[in-house]
Amino acid sequence: MLLKDEVKMLQQLPLFAGVPPTKLKLLAFTSDRLSFRAGDILFRQGDAGDAAYVILTGKADILVDSPSGQIKVAEVEYNSIVGEIAILCDVSRTATVKAAEPVEVLKISKDDFLKLLNDFPDIAIEIMRVLASRLSHVTSELTEVRSRQRQTG
Amino acid sequence: MEKRLISYIWTHTRKQQLWILLVVAVSMIPYFMSFDLPKQIVNGPIQGQGFESEGATQTFMRIAFDLPYLGNVVVFPGLELTRIQTLYALSLVFLALVVINGLFKLYINTYKGRLGERLLRRIRFDLIDRVLRFPPNQFKRVKGAEIASMVKDEVEPLGGFTGDAFVQPALLGGQAVTALVFIILQNYWLGLMAALIVAVQAIIIPKMRKRLLVLGRERQLTARELSGRVGEIVDGISTIHSYDTSNFERADISARLGRIFKIRYDLYQWKFMVKFLNNFLAQVTPFLFYCIGGYLALNGRLDIGQLVAVIGAYKDLPGPLKELIDWDQSRQDVQIKFVQVVEQFNVDNMIDPEVHKVIDGGDVKFKPPLAAVNLTLVDDSGARLLERVSLQIQPGEKVAMIGGEALAEAFARINWPESGKVVAGGEDLLSLPEAVTGRHISYVSSEFYIFQGTLWDNLLYGLKHAPVRPASYDATGEAQRRWAIEEARLAGNPVHDINSDWIDYESALVTGPDELYSAVHPVLDAVMLTNDIMDLALRSAIDPATHETLAARIVEMRKGLRDTLEHEGLDGLIVPFELNSYNIEATVGENLLFGTATGPDLIGAAIAKNEYFREVLSSTGLHKTLFAMGYEIAENAIELFGDLPPDHPFFQQLTFMTAEDIPEYQLLLQKLSKGGFDAASEEERYNIIRLSFAYIEPRHRFGLLDKQLMDKIVEARRKFHDELPEELQGQIERYDPDRYMASATLRDNVLFGRISQKHSDGAERIRKVAIDLFNERGLEQMILAVGLEFDVGAGGKRLTSVQRLKLNLARALVRNSTYFILNRPLPGLDARIQDHIVRDVIDLLGRRDTNPAIVWVLSNPSLANLFDRVVVFDRGVLVEDGTHETLAEKGGIFKELLSS
Repeated sequence: MLLKDEVKMLQQLPLFAGVPPTKLKLLAFTSDRLSFRAGDILFRQGDAGDAAYVILTGKADILVDSPSGQIKVAEVEYNSIVGEIAILCDVSRTATVKAAEPVEVLKISKDDFLKLLNDFPDIAIEIMRVLASRLSHVTSELTEVRSRQRQTG
Repeated sequence: MEKRLISYIWTHTRKQQLWILLVVAVSMIPYFMSFDLPKQIVNGPIQGQGFESEGATQTFMRIAFDLPYLGNVVVFPGLELTRIQTLYALSLVFLALVVINGLFKLYINTYKGRLGERLLRRIRFDLIDRVLRFPPNQFKRVKGAEIASMVKDEVEPLGGFTGDAFVQPALLGGQAVTALVFIILQNYWLGLMAALIVAVQAIIIPKMRKRLLVLGRERQLTARELSGRVGEIVDGISTIHSYDTSNFERADISARLGRIFKIRYDLYQWKFMVKFLNNFLAQVTPFLFYCIGGYLALNGRLDIGQLVAVIGAYKDLPGPLKELIDWDQSRQDVQIKFVQVVEQFNVDNMIDPEVHKVIDGGDVKFKPPLAAVNLTLVDDSGARLLERVSLQIQPGEKVAMIGGEALAEAFARINWPESGKVVAGGEDLLSLPEAVTGRHISYVSSEFYIFQGTLWDNLLYGLKHAPVRPASYDATGEAQRRWAIEEARLAGNPVHDINSDWIDYESALVTGPDELYSAVHPVLDAVMLTNDIMDLALRSAIDPATHETLAARIVEMRKGLRDTLEHEGLDGLIVPFELNSYNIEATVGENLLFGTATGPDLIGAAIAKNEYFREVLSSTGLHKTLFAMGYEIAENAIELFGDLPPDHPFFQQLTFMTAEDIPEYQLLLQKLSKGGFDAASEEERYNIIRLSFAYIEPRHRFGLLDKQLMDKIVEARRKFHDELPEELQGQIERYDPDRYMASATLRDNVLFGRISQKHSDGAERIRKVAIDLFNERGLEQMILAVGLEFDVGAGGKRLTSVQRLKLNLARALVRNSTYFILNRPLPGLDARIQDHIVRDVIDLLGRRDTNPAIVWVLSNPSLANLFDRVVVFDRGVLVEDGTHETLAEKGGIFKELLSS
């Protein structure tokens, strides 16, 4: 997969939708392309988050530790991003991501990403817009749940 | 040391000075004879005195004496020579005298030079010997660079003076007095006048020079301080950079240089002023002769012949006089230098030379236990570090100390007691020779020094107490060595041979050099340094000629590594170099060259300028393809990086260009946007083509390499190697799966390929597999040996700080001491690693038959349970002492420390 394909892929991610393609290209260029075999761990729950991963090909499982062992909570595949919260704020990984089949990813390191935001504040505004809309979405869902709770409760 | 240079010189070179005086006196005989001879030649054979009649002869070289009682004794009756024969004979005698005088001069100068050099060697050695015997607190006050500048530069002129110290005044003084007496004999009053002027010179000039001497002293001190500051700048460079104080330092240096300039310029002015006056006074005398003597002669009160004789005799006076005054000047100069230096090296409480005596192996009995008796220690400011502590450490005991760093220092003789003492078997530790304490007590703290040299040298440093086995020499070496011993004796230096084997094998618990490795390896393991050294080895290049076996085994291992990787499902992690296929993980340039460039014509940027290489590219048509590729790379780079500031960290990712190149390429692309390849000049073409050389498809992902191009590159590679001209033959080492590549690192030789970039931790995985393979195949020792040859740099700065700490601990553990005093040896290390190392070290030392005692000042009290006994200090007072269990139960300070 070439740089320009990676850029296309990044463009399709809601998080980067508003970012100009030349900047996405720079982000892709500075990021590492890695491949994982089935069963390899991309990152573990509890580790410090230092990078986000864009899945280019293949599928990966999202696993969460529970008292009864690891349980699979979701699956990610082609054209999705995992671990993106870690590159925006300092939290440790909230889940383990494991390749379910051979997976190719673009590893966007936190440092590079933040440097990019630093140099091009427009990107930051775009990302903020996406995050804010996510937040408003979550808030409205929460409100809905609460009001439903109140009605039933 | 003597306070005065002259007496220092006299004490050490008395005999030689007298000898040289004698030689100088003897040398005067032919010297004066050669004055008289020209007159004889001219008057005799040339003008014919004594050869008046035809065929007249004269007796030549008759040697006869009139002795009392014996009458006339004829030693040599002489030869009867004619006029011509006499001319030849006398000329030959003149020639012989010239040679003899020259030889005397040669001998005297060489002898004086040697005398000076020997004395210089002696002074320097004395000074350094004193540094080695300074009491520990002296080092808190002196700067290394200042001492170095004193030992090296400041005493240097002393050597030059030594040879002239006595000879010069004797010789010149004699000449001056003779000349003066001669003048007085010619005419009493004129002579007296000359003597008066000389006296004025002798009184005034030294007075004026007083200021010169003061300035000279200042010059010496400021120059010394300058070297101290330069040393500080070098040592503190990282602090300077991190606080942005480099301009402050620049200002300081500039101010110092300004002061030095001022002093030197003052000195310069005064020097020439004095010179002027001196010359003037010297010329005043003939003025008086002409003026007064002339007046007297005109009045008939003085014979004209006398006046001419006086003036003639006077010309011999100023020369020696001036030189004598110069000699006095340099005498005072070196005397001041000497005093300035010696002052710094005369320190109270110097360590007794007996304490440093060289003692061979068996003679170093040490009587345990080590104990502090009523010991009080203070620091430089007088604050108490330890208050009347009494404590005994039995041999074999394992003691954890919480606090008590000062006590550990006292055990190591670094901190000398204020009151009380440290004793070993009842004897004061400070009175014992270092040969005893330095072998039976191993002290490690975080204040240490790593010497420049290899890791191996540093690991064995603590074993080099005395020359154990003399070095063996061949005949020339033997002669050389005898000379070295003789010379060292004459200069009062020790005669120990640095080339001897100094390693005390017994102290490393082995019997000889071959076993050393087996003693060192477990130590490296215990301090967790083995892996670091392995890595150093893997990153270094070895010479396959000297490491023949290793090189061969490494080549063998290439296949083994590949098989193992395949076995573990990691194939594809390394893309090997194969002559007939393109290596996708290597750069285009590497693929073209297919080897490591070693010569100046092919290395780095030079390759793009190389005629042959260019020819290969154009003959295969690659130059156009690569130009197109480079063009596209430049476009991409400009698009990606064009609007980033030039110091942006992203530029590190841009392997084929620097930030400064970007605007240049922008212009170039604009220029070539229409005409392309054909419009570009040769240089511009290669500036573009050059970009393609660093391209790696999986990394840069511009999509510029296809199968066809790769095939073409492989073809060009073959052509490049097949037709390689002779002058380039030695400049490239081709990738050959069956040969060791001398120019590549060990690691690259094992890999023989490139690690695929796309595996997340590829390099680390391969490293593990490779190290397992080394162990399996018994190569570990050979590779470690390569790693141990790593040069650690000045102060060990080529190692990381953690590696330095580990090395510092390791070099103590190699020794077989009765006591190991470990004073927070691993500060700042990860707690987990520290824990690990403490356990391993206790285990390692515990396994030794000698069962040494360990006193470990812990940074982390929770490790105290690993020890038999725990001693707790609080503000310099011993507060608790007992086993871990009792103290942990007791509920005192220790328990508090554990729970905090």
